[in-house]
Formats: sequence, structure tokens, C-alpha cells
Amino acid sequence: MLFHEYATEGFFDEMFTADGEVRPQYRAVADGLRGMESAEFQHKQEAVELAFMRGGVTFTVYNDTRGTERIFPFDCVPRVISAEEWDTVERGLIQRITALNLFLHDIYHDQKILKDRIIPPAHVLSARHFRREFMHFQVPRDIYVHICGTDLIRDRDGRYLVLEDNLRCPSGASYMLENRAAIKRAFPEMLRQAGVRPVDDYAQSLLRAMQFVAPPGYRGDDHPTVVLLTPGVFNSAYFEHAFLARQMGIPIVEGRDLVVRDFAVFMRTTRGLVPVDVIYRRIDDDFLDPSVFRADSLLGVPGLVNAARAGNVTLANSIGTGVADDKLIYYHVPRMIKYYLGEDPILDSVDTYLASEPKDRAYIIENLDKLVVKSANEAGGYGMLMGPWASAREIEDFRAQILANPRNFIAQPPISLSRHPTWVPENGAFAGRHIDLRPYVLYGEKITVNPGGLTRVALRPGSLVVNSSQGGGSKDTWVLRPAREEPAA
Amino acid sequence: MPAATAPSETGSAAARSAPPATVMLSRVASSLYWMGRYLERAENIARLLDVNIQLLIDFGSIGDQGIKEHWIPVLRSAGDEELFFQFYPKADSAAVTEFMTFHRDNPNSVFNCVGAARENARQVRDQISMEMWEVLNEAHLFLQAKDAHQVWQDGPSAFYDQVKRFSHLFQGLADSTFSRTEGWEYIQFGKFLERADKTTRILDVKYHILLPRATDVGGAVDTAQWQAVLRSTSALEAYRRFYVTEILPRKVAEFLVLSDTFPRSLRFCLRQLDVSLGHMGGGQRPAGPAVDDFDRLRAGLERLTIHDIIAEGLHEYLHNAQAVVGRLATHIYDTFMHHPPVDLASEIRFHQQEQQQQQQGL
Repeated sequence: MLFHEYATEGFFDEMFTADGEVRPQYRAVADGLRGMESAEFQHKQEAVELAFMRGGVTFTVYNDTRGTERIFPFDCVPRVISAEEWDTVERGLIQRITALNLFLHDIYHDQKILKDRIIPPAHVLSARHFRREFMHFQVPRDIYVHICGTDLIRDRDGRYLVLEDNLRCPSGASYMLENRAAIKRAFPEMLRQAGVRPVDDYAQSLLRAMQFVAPPGYRGDDHPTVVLLTPGVFNSAYFEHAFLARQMGIPIVEGRDLVVRDFAVFMRTTRGLVPVDVIYRRIDDDFLDPSVFRADSLLGVPGLVNAARAGNVTLANSIGTGVADDKLIYYHVPRMIKYYLGEDPILDSVDTYLASEPKDRAYIIENLDKLVVKSANEAGGYGMLMGPWASAREIEDFRAQILANPRNFIAQPPISLSRHPTWVPENGAFAGRHIDLRPYVLYGEKITVNPGGLTRVALRPGSLVVNSSQGGGSKDTWVLRPAREEPAA
Repeated sequence: MPAATAPSETGSAAARSAPPATVMLSRVASSLYWMGRYLERAENIARLLDVNIQLLIDFGSIGDQGIKEHWIPVLRSAGDEELFFQFYPKADSAAVTEFMTFHRDNPNSVFNCVGAARENARQVRDQISMEMWEVLNEAHLFLQAKDAHQVWQDGPSAFYDQVKRFSHLFQGLADSTFSRTEGWEYIQFGKFLERADKTTRILDVKYHILLPRATDVGGAVDTAQWQAVLRSTSALEAYRRFYVTEILPRKVAEFLVLSDTFPRSLRFCLRQLDVSLGHMGGGQRPAGPAVDDFDRLRAGLERLTIHDIIAEGLHEYLHNAQAVVGRLATHIYDTFMHHPPVDLASEIRFHQQEQQQQQQGL
């Protein structure tokens, strides 16, 4: 009924094969939705939205003086990943984060990978987020990236590709958890039938990872004081900060709640100053410490960096991880994996051309109308040229920008992202919409990938932009148990 | 180079022995306090308006002057008479109720009180239970809704009932989902402070106006007025059960000031404030002139009769009580909930100097 006009239109569809057969991992979803009337589905969809609004599962819209809060649009049709597919994704992500972490340690110490000419030194040293002042800085247990949210997409053949790494302050994990809670209420039976792995362990794993990296100066019991540092209630991700802090049972602090004395960090409490050991910070490097970075930052804590350097407090993620988010560095990740681990990458990257290299640059300039051009240090779908859909003026504009500052641009062939059945209320039926996937990786005693993640969906017909700031929504992501494994009692 | 000296910072480094669970940020304490206080205020104003709208119905036609005389004391008991006349030329029912319910520029309108309670809750969402947050959020959405004004016009009583219900629901949920940690004391402190303030104001304003008309005593209008005072403080039924007699001004005053069982009387509120004082910070009761005054006031309430108080002057007595409670609030706020913001420039200078000294191996 809801699917009778559904067409895959030549795209890779997550739920249906090209012949219109339901893929095996979607059987429970298909059974659950079959026979459901349009009005019934719409009712479920509205109930979930109301629950999000009531629960305040919202983000703040910037540039709105009334502080309008919106819910992050949610689509009730879950995205399903089979156990086999997940196994590949999981192994691939663990391999990738291991290599990236080794890379960060290397470039902030001996720079072997540069000396061995595996990566041109200029690519690293010119990166905007490379923090020269952190050379030879020791981080507890050599972990730089405690939390990583890697964006994956699937191409026309269903192949998983890494689109970008987010090694600074990746967001969205709270929506992953809230989405599951919502689906649990809306489709409990479908969820049970499908045999889905739970995601709820995320916050506890995160807390354990934070406690694992207590600073060398920590002399207390087994429970170092962990806090979450937020830019404050007006930040668009404040809901997430509060949500995670609550789930971990740790204080959420703002810069003004902290003070640094004798190279140690304290929070200002009703009982005076209380020491802090680990800071899960949701503030970018630039704003972290106005005595070191941007002096105009009102969000940070003067002296914080010095305290970290003295080994009295641990910052997660560490300072200077943003260098690995640079799209030029992205290009080199397969080489890193080979260099540090002696392995072939399990997950492929998107073919990438570097405007900084003369040969690539000539190709890019010639083929702007066929390529996607990205700024090396932008995120959130900004600073991008979608060549095939762009106007002549936009193309000329980018051509000039690239020639003026080649270091700052890369180009990739457009990827036809996979599509997924998504509710379209105007039609009262499902239609295919493009999606991506952001799984969350935690690096503590060992590296773990939460079985799920945030599936983002471009709700506008034909759109490839899944970012919430540009008309994107999200879906619950179901990772199925391996067939042999008995469901937990 | 001179040695770097740290800008002053109040409080001393607490011992590491304090487990993280018992640590409370001053900013969080402040938000919990204002959350409790603003919601209590919203409830009190909703009740005050509801009672007075209903009272007007009993009066029938009383003319413009009568209506004005009716509403001015209401504005006065909220402490917003002056602000009101900046926006409205005359105090009629529509203007006063609109002002006290929805006006965006009246910080004490029900709309703004609920908004402030909810905003404070939002800042400490990690500290309160999901249930508490949801009620505040729902109350906020109820007042923000496009049809809120219409719902109010269609049935003010039902509208105010709903506001009161949100507050009651919140208190019930706080009672059953919030751990009795230090944070609880700040919520309670805010709530009872607000209650003590509102009870004394409502009594003061009405007593002041009603009492001189000795000839009316016992008349139907007068009884209705005194009933309204009791209903404005949710005390009517409790009063009846306690005295089992007609409503007499002196007894109303006695009940609202001295009752040791009714949870909105001045005495009861002060006792609760006293309990909270003992549990704030490290548990050492705060000291200072403001606390001494408070202790004196509280001791008096345990000893005095309503005859003593009226002989001394009820208005003066209530006025003083409000001032003492207000000073206590300021003192407690400064002691536990407020750290003066650091001077960022001197803080940055200090840490940069420290860094240089470190690099020079000093």
C-alpha cells in the first residue's frame, strides 16, 4: 500500500534490489509496514515528533532572536544494516582510527611519515589545524582521538566509502540514542522481530573511555572527576551536551565555571573550588583557552592549555586533532594505514584530486562542471561546489578561488549516494531519499564502534545534502545481530 | 620580571575527598533556585488572577472606579503597579489580567515566569529528572502556543487551572524523582522564599484596604473579600478545617502568619528556609547579619501572638518580614550561588606570564 508507487530509479536502494525484491535484512521492516495504512503511519510519525518536542529534543536555530528551537526532523522508517555489512564497517573504522591516532602521535613527535616522504611535509605543516605549539606534547596513553564520528556513504554499487573524518568535536550521538528510544515506542514489535543490537551502552562506554585517560598527575581513587565543557545553553548542540552529561552522570560546565590555579583546573562549586581531572570538551581548539588561542573567546578557560601541558588535566579530544580533518590529509589516509599498520584499507575513500598538485589542479580546472569541489577545512556542507548542478557563475567563482589558494581545495567525482524509503507526508507514501551514515567510534582501553549511528537523510527530493542546517533529517539505524548469535535473554 | 600573581578567587580548594556526585556548581545551584522560584511565582500569580476574576463576578456591576479599586491591590501584591501604568492608561479587568498573564515586558507575567523557570531548567537539564523537565517544557509550549490567548479568553479559569496544574505536577515529580542532595535545597529555598513573599504581600495589601471599613465587617462583600484572600493563598479549606468558624480578619491574619501546619503561612515558609540553610554548601550553616535578622524574625514567630503583631502594626510587621527575607535571599545567593565573573583580561595576562616564566625555566 505505502510502497505501491515506490521506485528505485536506478539508484542503489538500501531496502530494495534493482528488481524490486526486499533485501533480507529489511524483511522485518517490510512485514511490519506492509498492510499499514497511510493514516496510521502518519499518526506514528506525528506522535514521534510530538514526543521530541515535549522532550525538548531540539536544536537552537541561529540568527533568531527569539531563540527558536526546532526538532531535528526524524523519519520513522529505520535504516537497516546486516551483521555482515556491519562487520566490514566496524573493522574498517577501527583500522582507520588506529592509523589516524598513530599519525597524530607521529606528526606531533618524530614526523617519521614526513621524513620518509610518505606524505609531503607541506601538506601537514600548512594545515590550518596543525598546532605547532604542541610538538612533543605527551597525551595520556597516547590517545589523541577519544571520540570520532566518521561519515560514510554508499555509492551506486552499494560500496561503503569514507566521506570524511570528524576528529574534533563530532556531534549527533544523542540523536542516535533518542531516535532509538522513539522507534522503540513507535514500532516495538518490528524492532523485536528484526533482532536489532542495542545502542544504549554509548554513554557508559564514553564515560569509561574518559576515565581511562585520567592525567598522569591524577592521584585519587579510581574515579577521576570527569566534566563536559559546553559553550553554553545558546549553542545549537546544547541539548546533546546536556543529554550526554546526564547519561554519564557528570557535571556539565561552561568556561566560567572553571578556573586554573597552579596549573590545575578547578570548578567553582557551592563548596569552593573542586579539582577536575578529565574534560570532555565540546569547544573547538580556537576557543578553548584565550591565553593561548583566540583572546576574544569568552567560552574558554584561561590557563587550560597550560594545565593540560603540565599533565594535570586531560582534554578529550586532544588539542590539534583537527589536522586530520583537513581534506588534504583525508587523501593520505590509505597511505597512513599502509605505512603504520602494513595493511590495505578495509574501507575505501572517495577518489580525490588535490588542487595543490599541478597535474590534479589542471584536471580540476578543466572539469569543474563534472566535479564536487570542497574547501579543505569546512564542514556541515558549506564551502562546496556541486559542479554538475552549479550555475556558470558559481563555477567561475570557484575557479578563481582555487587558483588563488590551491592548498585550500580538493575535488571529487560526485557520488550518487544510496537511497532509502522515506516518508513523504504530502504524498502519504514512501519515496527514495539519499542518505549517509555517521557511526561513533570510542577510543579507550580498546577501540569500540557503537552498533548503530546516525543515519542522515536529505529530505528534499533529489538533494544530496544531508546536513540538518540544510534540510536534512535523521533515521534510526539498526544493526542486526549475527544470525547465529542468540538474542539476549 | 615580577612573579605572576593570581587574580583573587573566592573560596579555597576543597579537599579531593568530596565525591563528584555531591559537588554542585554554583551556576547550577543558581539555576535550580530560580527555577523553583519562578515556577512558584507563576502559580501564585495564576491563582491570584483566577480568584480575583471570580470575585468580580460575585460583585456584579461595580462601575469603573470599583473595578479599579479591585485591581490595584492585585497589581500591588505582585509588586508591579508602577510598571503596569507604563503600558496601560487604566486598570480595568482586561488590561490587568492581560498584563499579568501575557505581557512580554512584564518580567512577572505568568508567561515570562514559566519561560524563566523553563530556561533555568534548560541550563541544568543534566541535573533534573526527565519528568521535571518535560512538565516545564510542556508548560512553556502551552503558553507559547499560537492559540494560548484564545484559550485564555475562552475560559480564564480553565487556563489558570492548567498553569497551576503544571506547577503542582512539577512539585510532585520533583518530590518523587529528585534526590535529596544539595540541589534539592536550592529548589526548596527558591520556592519557600517566593511563597513567604507572596503570602505576606497578599495579606498586607488586603488587610490594609479592608480593615478601616469597620462598618462593613461581617457584610457579604467583606466575607467574600476575606474568602478571596484565603483562596489566593490556597488557604480557604485549611482555614475552615482549622477554625471551624466564620471568616474573621484577625483569624485570617493569624492563619497566614502563624500557622505552624499550613504550608503557605509565613511561619511555615521560614521554617523550611531554615531547614535548607542547614544543608547548603558543606553543611555549615551560613552566618552574617542577614542570617541573624532572619533568626530573630523566625524566633519571634514562634513566640508572638497575632494580637502582639497587630498591636505593633501588621503592615509594619509584614513589611519588615519581607525585607528580612529579601536580605537573606541576597546573602545566600552571594554566598553559594554567585561567583563574581573573573576579569578575563587580567586572567589571560596572569596565565601568559606564568607560561613565559615556565619557558624561561624560572
